Amino acid sequence: MREAALVMRKDLRLEWRSKVGIGQVLPFSLLVVLLFAFALDPDRGVLDKVTSGLFWVVVLFSSVLTIERSFSVEASDGIFDALRLSGMAPASIYAGKVAALVVQLVAVEAVLAVAVAVFYDTTFHMPLLTVAVAVVATLGIAGAGASYGALAARLRSGSTLLPLLLLPLLAPVLISATRGFEVASGREAGPGWPWIALLGIFAVVYLALGALLFRPLLEDA
Amino acid sequence: MQPAVHLRAAVALLGRFPALAGVDLDVSPGEIVLLRGPNGAGKTTLLRVCAGLAPVSSGEAVVLGVDLLRDRAAVRRRVGLLGHATFLYEDLTVSENVDFWARASGASLNDGRLALDRLEVAGRLHDLPVHALSSGQRRRVSFAAMVARRPELWLLDEPHAGLDPSGRDIVDGLVREAAAVGATVLFASHELDRADGVADRTVEVVGGTVVPVEVAAGAGSEPPRA
Amino acid sequence: MTVDNPVPAAPGPISTASTATRVLGLISIVGLVALAVFGLVLSPPDAKLGETIRILYMHVPTVSTAYLAFVITAVASIAYLWKRTEFWDLLAASCAELGVLFFGLTILNGMLWGKITWGVFWRWEPRLTTTAVLMLTYIGYLAVRQIPNDTRTRGTITAMIPITHKAVDWWRGLHQEKTIFGTVNPDMRGLQLFTAYLGLVVFLVLFAWLLIHRFRVAWLTERAADVGVDAAIAERRAERALGSDPTPSPGGAS
Repeated sequence: MREAALVMRKDLRLEWRSKVGIGQVLPFSLLVVLLFAFALDPDRGVLDKVTSGLFWVVVLFSSVLTIERSFSVEASDGIFDALRLSGMAPASIYAGKVAALVVQLVAVEAVLAVAVAVFYDTTFHMPLLTVAVAVVATLGIAGAGASYGALAARLRSGSTLLPLLLLPLLAPVLISATRGFEVASGREAGPGWPWIALLGIFAVVYLALGALLFRPLLEDA
Repeated sequence: MQPAVHLRAAVALLGRFPALAGVDLDVSPGEIVLLRGPNGAGKTTLLRVCAGLAPVSSGEAVVLGVDLLRDRAAVRRRVGLLGHATFLYEDLTVSENVDFWARASGASLNDGRLALDRLEVAGRLHDLPVHALSSGQRRRVSFAAMVARRPELWLLDEPHAGLDPSGRDIVDGLVREAAAVGATVLFASHELDRADGVADRTVEVVGGTVVPVEVAAGAGSEPPRA
Repeated sequence: MTVDNPVPAAPGPISTASTATRVLGLISIVGLVALAVFGLVLSPPDAKLGETIRILYMHVPTVSTAYLAFVITAVASIAYLWKRTEFWDLLAASCAELGVLFFGLTILNGMLWGKITWGVFWRWEPRLTTTAVLMLTYIGYLAVRQIPNDTRTRGTITAMIPITHKAVDWWRGLHQEKTIFGTVNPDMRGLQLFTAYLGLVVFLVLFAWLLIHRFRVAWLTERAADVGVDAAIAERRAERALGSDPTPSPGGAS
């Protein structure tokens, strides 16, 4: 726990100092929101129908960038070696990376939600459900992302492979989170909790596997 | 007494390339051993093997009582490696880096501060991001982060490279001091004049093997500039 | 099937064939011809599906084989992380390649069926979506294996992909109905049923045949590179005699 907190604080401090998330990832995601609006002519009401899906697609793209950044930092200057030499438990390092990713992604999602509400005129009727879906989905994204981010960082030309590997894996999260948001914005009837439960299952699977597989991922052989 | 480093016919492969092609080396606790040899001879790999990073594929390898073929991760927290990479986060400040690595290795914040003082990293640099430092200054910070861990085995790859004369003196002083309190030091250097003065013993690394160096009578066991 | 062998110690081309594979190969070829005859000529059209049932004789076997291959990949990947032996790594890789091949065929014949039956090649429904995701996952897997890397690192890294995918797939519980025919449920009897089973058996034999060859090629490729190691160690040690130059160039890395 202490080690995980240490890694998380280090990651958040790195982000605070370098401002890659605030200065690059966030503007990019807002740009995509605008581009969708240009492409899907707002007069015909298409945007209103697809808002939930667009929101989560943008979140996935931003996640790929955030995850890539989070691990390219570790891959530079022999730091993977230093992490191994530190003797910290790989699962703790993993937990710290996931926690830092969750904080950053939730922040991006919050800003995006405001942007979508303003630009696409979307109302989230059930704020509690919206937040719950977002948090659980983000846990899943960060859980899968931290293990695949480490994987990609260990490979040459890994950064271009990350989206190819990660996005198919996150497809179920995209589907469930979108449906959850449809319920929360009143476009789809029915209870929202099954979607949260489903997202929770994905999150648990990703996190458990990530914690288990992080040790071999850090090792040379 | 059990040797700090015991390698017997140790082979280490980088991919399929035998970077170490059967190394025999024994180092006693408290000994300072200089590794010299041409580029590509295997010095770096030898140090990485002792650090528990590079895997040994055959032979015997026991470091600080840990059998590296069985569990090489167990030795890592007890060694300090100063490599060509600085192991520093560019966007964090000097003190943030040293604090992080000290605490990650189980040392205290104070250890980190003391180490920075020992390396004579000026206080005004502590709050600068690492990317603003010169390469020599980075080298000192990197060394401080290693010293803060209080390792039992020091593995130094070209510790003098990129340092000014005062920096080199500090490094030599720290090495002698560490050995005096029982730490073992293995270091690779091309600065033979300087390094010979620090080392108790010199071995030659060549072709992925280690051969002892014949020492001229009179030199050797006693460092001339102790 | 042969591989070029650059190692002088093993003269002549090494074949990946053995008696077993020759028998399997013969059965596969004869079986495929028989399947074509039964599927296209001898079996009658279906009451509900009409002539399109003939696609099913190919579709069900390819999809079953592909899933079998992917299951083996996942299991072999877990076994690799556990046992750390090359066998499991190469088995996983060989199965993944064949899985992608058979899966490509599945998607192709499925789309042809869809065009005839639904009027479109593709429909966005959960089964097909899962299919597309699975295909992309394994294309990613093969892409990672393409990147030159230390064998053991490569094995470890790639083993993650099928394991994670399988775990998620398993939790989704979407693995019951893998074919687009799941909803159609044709009532097969007589020759139709025989042809369907013939197809399954033939494709399983074909898969086994290709797998053995693919695995042996992979194995020999590793061996060919391996034979070099002993020689490389000797060569490396010989540097001592040549290059124990005590005055190295300054500042260089070792």
